[in-house]
Amino acid sequence: MRIFWVLLRRELSAFFFSVTGYVIIAAVTLLTDLSFVVLLQNLGTDPSPMPVTEMFYRTYYFWLIVLLVTPVITMRLFALEKASGTFETLMTTPVGDAQVVAAKFAAAVIFYMVAWLPLLACLFIVRHFTNQSALDAGTVGGMFLGILLTGGLFLSLGCFASSLTRSQMAAAMISFMLGVSLFSLGFLAAALPATAQPWQTQIISYFGLFEQMHDFARGVVDTRAVIFYVTATFVFLFLTLRVVESRRWK
Amino acid sequence: MIEVSNLTKRYAGRTAVDDLSFTVARGEIVGLLGPNGAGKSTTMRILSSFMPATSGTVRVAGFDVFHAADEVRRRIGYMPENNPLYPEMRVREYLKFRARLKGLGWKKSRERVSTVMEQCGLTDVGRRIIGQLSKGYKQRVGLADALVHEPELIILDEPTIGLDPQQIRSVRQLIKSLAGKHTVLISTHILPEVEMMCSRVFIMLGGKILAADTPGNLQHRMAGGSQVIAEIAAPAADLNAIWDAMLEVEQFDVSPSEGEFFRCALTPRDGQDLRPLIFNLVRERGWALRELTRSRHTLEDIYVQVTRPNPEETE
Repeated sequence: MRIFWVLLRRELSAFFFSVTGYVIIAAVTLLTDLSFVVLLQNLGTDPSPMPVTEMFYRTYYFWLIVLLVTPVITMRLFALEKASGTFETLMTTPVGDAQVVAAKFAAAVIFYMVAWLPLLACLFIVRHFTNQSALDAGTVGGMFLGILLTGGLFLSLGCFASSLTRSQMAAAMISFMLGVSLFSLGFLAAALPATAQPWQTQIISYFGLFEQMHDFARGVVDTRAVIFYVTATFVFLFLTLRVVESRRWK
Repeated sequence: MIEVSNLTKRYAGRTAVDDLSFTVARGEIVGLLGPNGAGKSTTMRILSSFMPATSGTVRVAGFDVFHAADEVRRRIGYMPENNPLYPEMRVREYLKFRARLKGLGWKKSRERVSTVMEQCGLTDVGRRIIGQLSKGYKQRVGLADALVHEPELIILDEPTIGLDPQQIRSVRQLIKSLAGKHTVLISTHILPEVEMMCSRVFIMLGGKILAADTPGNLQHRMAGGSQVIAEIAAPAADLNAIWDAMLEVEQFDVSPSEGEFFRCALTPRDGQDLRPLIFNLVRERGWALRELTRSRHTLEDIYVQVTRPNPEETE
């Protein structure tokens, strides 16, 4: 456990002491603020019964951020260490493979959540200038839980992609491709022919990331969605661990 | 300290290490010498339990590198080829991070980091960013990292590559100072390095050890073929006749040098030292002698001879 903290600290410092880290934060801030502008325009035109978080979600910038930013955050994690050779110095110290994967993933999640903080500021501005009912702790909590869970899933996917290669570019592209595929899977339900069995529709609906996140943004926390996200995240982390271990049986 | 038996490592279709067996005793400094691609780095990676062997067993301090990897890693300080470091970290910060990773406590790691920084001459650059250091300093950071947890065995892959002569000297000095207290395994393809630092040399080629001995013994073993050079002012015919008659001389070659001197290259029979004989001869005849040397086989000759591709094999 002590070694986990040492590793986590080093991974976090790698994020925050690099230009890339701040470029990512700046990009996310720019995109959230753009969506905020769109949101304000919508608020200005007609009244809406939706919570502000849902309105934010409906600007669709959310997925742009998730799909574009997570590969950039995770591409460095394993690929850079493999390319520069530090993977060798790291793996010849008495640290466990699982500790390394866990620390890298945890650092990515923490960084990702920090990059989302400007959204909180946007929401507070809305709250300041509108009536209180538009925004409550429940919806904001639901929104951020959703951000954490989707982020976790896409970051674990990025970890997996990064562990596969020694090129950061390739890692980013693999995780972007996997991410978009996973995201598009949810829209498959609509494309299913009418003759499809109910269980087929049921399974596809579990992958409806778009709809699930919509619920979170409305402040509705569906345990099925939570379980789906957590399980899928662990699946990809497990795959990452297997890839990291694979040098021992290749 | 190290026991390697029948170690083989195969990468897809290529054998990098081929049925290697050797032992290294505690406190020795052993050099792995060989051209690029001889299997030195692969051997070291297996020893440091970074990757497993295809077959064979390797034990470090009695622990199997595959089954007791953590025990082995605790006892090894490993500096891989090209000395990879995190360029964005500061020297002291990096060493502290590495010390903690290797299981040293907070207080102990601070103590050890200060000690190795002093030992490696890094005290002045503790707050500098690693990426901005010169290559020599980076190399010392790598060495300090290998030493920080007081390992029993230190494995250094090409520790002096890419350094300038001054830096090479200081790194060598440092490595030499580790003798006795630590067991050191160094790989290199630079010969003088081995001659200067190592108590034993393994010459590797194609994943096999071709020769293993002390640098001195290896030289001695080859000394049978060493030549004596004598420059003597005398008629060429006389010289030819004398060498031909001398039983101790197996082969000779007389060639004109400047002035009236002739250069005689003599190969002795049975490795005998011809120099006193020649001196006596010259004194008896009253000839002038201006050079009398024995050309010793350097480690380089041995190396070239041992690693020369076999003509039959290359066919």
